[in-house]
Amino acid sequence: MGTFLRAVTDGVLEGGVYGLMAVGLTLIFGVLDIINIAQGIMVVLGAYLTYVLWTHLHIDQFVGLLITIPAMFILGVAVQYLFIRPLRGRERTSMSLLACYAVAIIIEGVLYQIFGSNYVSYTDYWTSPQATVEIGGYYLPYIYLFGFALAVLFVVLIYWMLYRTQFGRSIRATMQDHTAARLIGIDVNRVAALTFGIAVAVTAAGGMVYGTTTAFNPNTGYDLISRLLAIIVLGGMGSIGGALGAAVLMITVESLVDVYWNPQWSVVVFYAVLVLVLVFRPQGMFGRKEARAQ
Amino acid sequence: MKPAVLWRGGSLVALVAVAAAVPLLNNPLVTNVGVFVLMYVGSAVAWNIFSGFTGYISLGAAVFFGTGVYTTALLTEHLKLNGGAVFATYPLGGLAAAVIAVPFGLIALRVRRHTFVVVTIAFFFIFQLMAYDFSWTGGTLGILGPIVNWDPNTFYNPFYYTALIVAVGSAVLAWAIWGSRFGLQLRAIRDDEDRARGLGVKTMRVKLTAFVISAFPMGILGGLYFFLQGQALPEYAFNPFYDLTLALMSFLGGFGTLSGPIFGALLLEPYLGYAQYQVTNAYVAEVVLGALFLAVIIFLPRGILPTVGEKFTSWRVAWVRRSAGAQAAPAEPAGASPAADAVKTGAAGSGAPGGGSQR
Repeated sequence: MGTFLRAVTDGVLEGGVYGLMAVGLTLIFGVLDIINIAQGIMVVLGAYLTYVLWTHLHIDQFVGLLITIPAMFILGVAVQYLFIRPLRGRERTSMSLLACYAVAIIIEGVLYQIFGSNYVSYTDYWTSPQATVEIGGYYLPYIYLFGFALAVLFVVLIYWMLYRTQFGRSIRATMQDHTAARLIGIDVNRVAALTFGIAVAVTAAGGMVYGTTTAFNPNTGYDLISRLLAIIVLGGMGSIGGALGAAVLMITVESLVDVYWNPQWSVVVFYAVLVLVLVFRPQGMFGRKEARAQ
Repeated sequence: MKPAVLWRGGSLVALVAVAAAVPLLNNPLVTNVGVFVLMYVGSAVAWNIFSGFTGYISLGAAVFFGTGVYTTALLTEHLKLNGGAVFATYPLGGLAAAVIAVPFGLIALRVRRHTFVVVTIAFFFIFQLMAYDFSWTGGTLGILGPIVNWDPNTFYNPFYYTALIVAVGSAVLAWAIWGSRFGLQLRAIRDDEDRARGLGVKTMRVKLTAFVISAFPMGILGGLYFFLQGQALPEYAFNPFYDLTLALMSFLGGFGTLSGPIFGALLLEPYLGYAQYQVTNAYVAEVVLGALFLAVIIFLPRGILPTVGEKFTSWRVAWVRRSAGAQAAPAEPAGASPAADAVKTGAAGSGAPGGGSQR
């Protein structure tokens, strides 16, 4: 029973962090109708930024977020402005997918050039044995708790922004109908750029927590993006609650397979769940039918 | 129309003749790079038969390639094949890939657009992880191929000609499908799948058939790759870069056109091969590749061949008009604002090298 509880706790806490990254991805999809394939490598970039701030300037990673989040926000807006906005025409969707892939390759190449392919892991207070709390006979690192809290905080902020502010209203209007939103005077381009910026900015937080709990190198981006894609497809693309639910569910399943079967197969089970769900429910768990019928 | 067809057919025959003559240079390095170029030409053309014609972008092509790699590897290992006998297993690699494509397609083709892309990526990872984790695939150590002591000067020739046959075969197949009723059905799906179904196209059957057909050449080339490298490793058999490169080549040359993927592969693969030899600068090469990709998407969104073709036509029309004595020329640039002008010249400047080399 202890191991079961532990696996579920780990899964839920880690799932929250994946949920945060996936919310960014699903927001971009909802507003711009594109998939930001670069989201995975941007998480890794966020992790490296935190790493650099810690090793060179000794800035604690939670404090470092004050720098990395605005930096990633600017990166997101720039990518949208330079590479996504100019795309027009019938193949816009597939072209934007490839544009994001190209951005991912560039970031990956730059990271390899600077940091090499060795795995990096932080060694500071948050990864030390002191930073743990004992619950029911096993030690839970603080970073899991604080990372989860951070993810919850950001998701609540995003929800608040979406449902309680004028800007959030424009985002939701744009998600529902681009043309109509433009007709009633919403600057759709501005909404798209800021949404992209926000969605990329949350990867800074996600990357920080990810980097603290897991060793990473530039190649980790592929692993992350494939998981995130599986999560948002499972949750129903464009659905924020769905992304959160799917993230927690998938990571919990993975962590249970880890404990009860074999860590080697947990990732296979992860994707197999995705395939199975799509066979029976092509619109994802929480997706609306009309949203899928594109 | 007729002269255009003749001109195209003639240039294709010339291209094949030049390609067939490459091993006569007796330079093993050139032949080696040539094998890879032809492998990518064949794969990109095969990829285009499904993804280009139907508009379903698949990033799971490496599943078929890797299936071919492992089929040939396992057959070679268990039947203790050597030398030329290994070549006989290539069609079986293609067949295995085609068989895998049936369940893969039945599941993945239920969803469209983005979701389809994601499902193909998921399948890709499932296969890669299986190659890593099953005991009969040799895990991370992979499977070693037979060692042959052929003359190093002509070592690559059999591989080269096999790859050439597959590449030409795929191109002929793509050309035959393009004009056929089947090809029209595929393109109808690309333009509007619901309407195509309404008009009586059995969309699932048609899509699945194209998916299976496109898998076959990739499986053959996978087997070829195994013998060429003398090793089947999960990270090279199931390589995400393979999927991406095929998509990039097709988009570079012209997505969904017949000659686009051939042109894209001929243009890109030598660069990638070169970058591989420059190991110290491999990451810089990666950044350059990404930047090139972005430039193509933004300045030549429909690929080099269609865009250049259009530019050429409009330029010729303008030239014909001007020489006919009409004085429409000076009216053009007056209306645009200075900013737009700057953007235009900037775009033209960056676009020019590609366009120039093309002509």
